Amino acid sequence: MTPERDPPFRPMAVLLPLRPREPEPLPRVTTRHGLLFVTAVLLIATVAHAQAPDAPAAAPAAEALTQAPATALTVIIKWLPLLMKGFLFNILISVLAMALGTVAGLMLGLAQISQHRWLRQFAWVTTQFFRNAPWLVLLFFAMFMIPYQFTVFGYVIPFPDWVKAIIGFGLPVMANVAELLRGAIRSIPNGQWEAAESLAFSRNKTLWLIILPQCVKRMLPPWMNLYSLITMATVMANLVGVSEMLTLTAEVHAAEGGRPELLAPLYGFAMLCFFIYCWPIDRATQYLERRFHVKT
Amino acid sequence: MKAPIGAPAAAPWTPDQPIVSIRSVRKSFGALEVLKDVSFDVRKGEVVCIIGPSGSGKSTLIRCINALVPIDQGSILVENQEVNDPALDKLMLRRKVGMVFQQYNLFPHKTALQNVMMAPIQVLKQNKAEVEERARSLLAKVRLTGKENSYPGELSGGQQQRVAIARSLAMRPDIMLFDEVTAALDPETVKEVLVTIRELAEEGMTCILVTHEMKFAREIADHIYFTDRGVIVEHGPPEEFFANAKDERTRAFLGQIL
Repeated sequence: MTPERDPPFRPMAVLLPLRPREPEPLPRVTTRHGLLFVTAVLLIATVAHAQAPDAPAAAPAAEALTQAPATALTVIIKWLPLLMKGFLFNILISVLAMALGTVAGLMLGLAQISQHRWLRQFAWVTTQFFRNAPWLVLLFFAMFMIPYQFTVFGYVIPFPDWVKAIIGFGLPVMANVAELLRGAIRSIPNGQWEAAESLAFSRNKTLWLIILPQCVKRMLPPWMNLYSLITMATVMANLVGVSEMLTLTAEVHAAEGGRPELLAPLYGFAMLCFFIYCWPIDRATQYLERRFHVKT
Repeated sequence: MKAPIGAPAAAPWTPDQPIVSIRSVRKSFGALEVLKDVSFDVRKGEVVCIIGPSGSGKSTLIRCINALVPIDQGSILVENQEVNDPALDKLMLRRKVGMVFQQYNLFPHKTALQNVMMAPIQVLKQNKAEVEERARSLLAKVRLTGKENSYPGELSGGQQQRVAIARSLAMRPDIMLFDEVTAALDPETVKEVLVTIRELAEEGMTCILVTHEMKFAREIADHIYFTDRGVIVEHGPPEEFFANAKDERTRAFLGQIL
């Protein structure tokens, strides 16, 4: 018996130029591609560096400078400690926002499957609200709604901008983690619940001993992906005045006289820092996804 | 302290009474009535097979016995305790009634040994060393010595199903429910599971099986019930049941299967 096939798609003549192309297998991105990208950026930077000495010659000699303006590379090296400090600050914000958001998100996710109706509904509404709000809006929300300090029993607890930024980024993380957890729990076959029930496990014991341990594996890759996204989003804190890398890059640029030819190298350097940090996370995520996919 | 199962008024169960007594049970899922007035008794040590076409309510019926599925009407007594009683401690009931599923449903993040040990330690709070010893001997009993530290994903279907049987036995149940436990297995591994169940039956375990293995049902069962569309159409001891089925539906079903 031969299997029946759909008749091949024959477009009308007028549609021929629009004929859908045969889908090609997507190229698999490997570590080599990442290294290639870094090399390319460095190469461009070097070329820019080599060409830089010509730049002052082209500039009007009227400038009252006793020495030739520094090249892009020397500028970056000169400001490297400050820029790296800014970048570390980005990482600090991302790690703390992720930690805060994950803890809150796990609680919110569990609340979504609670047996108390009102708690479940509250959790659902909260998740939907924060998941569908732009991250930048949530950041502004956190910045301007939270006071700069709290007074508790006479103690003054300061709330600097960067702490508020952590909360601002923690909110979308929370909502996304809550949704990841809910999805993971729902993806566990119903038979697991039934088997546990038939062995006289209570609902709580089933959840904590049987269901949640299986969720960890399923949640890990998308959670890492979320971390990578939030790390790259931390530069938005620039807009609310936190001294992170992008803010500092702009300040360095201004301090160097705001020369236009420094724009690309300086911001390119910022981009490179984020790329070098996030790329391995992305690779690890893909690796885990493939591995877990084969196993389960 | 937890109260004993069921209403306090229930008379203590004695072995001369049916261990499971099902009376006029009705169950609907929405508009679909899957059990229409089902009644039967199971005595201690008896092996009962429920057969019938797909969708005839067999799986629902045995899920009602350990309260995985609540019933709408009627009564199910397990050792004289009313399963349908809202005040019943379902967890106490389930300690007495073990269940094995078609899809094994082993816990994939635990080894075979851990799967067997988990419920006695976590639910019954028994001593870990004792439980481990018992779990090892149970795995030996289902012929899985050497597979203690394998994860379910590393075992064949038949091996997984035998771990599932050992896991249920670790709770020392009085009754075992088997829900089409060989239906998902490769033909060559069906036998090893059936051998295990037969040994259990020979040891005097009360077993209620939903099965499509007619040959096996004929050999092992003390009593066979044939269900179709939510009712028991016909029942009897296996020789009688298979030799001269009276009802048209039973004959049609047996004609297709045998």
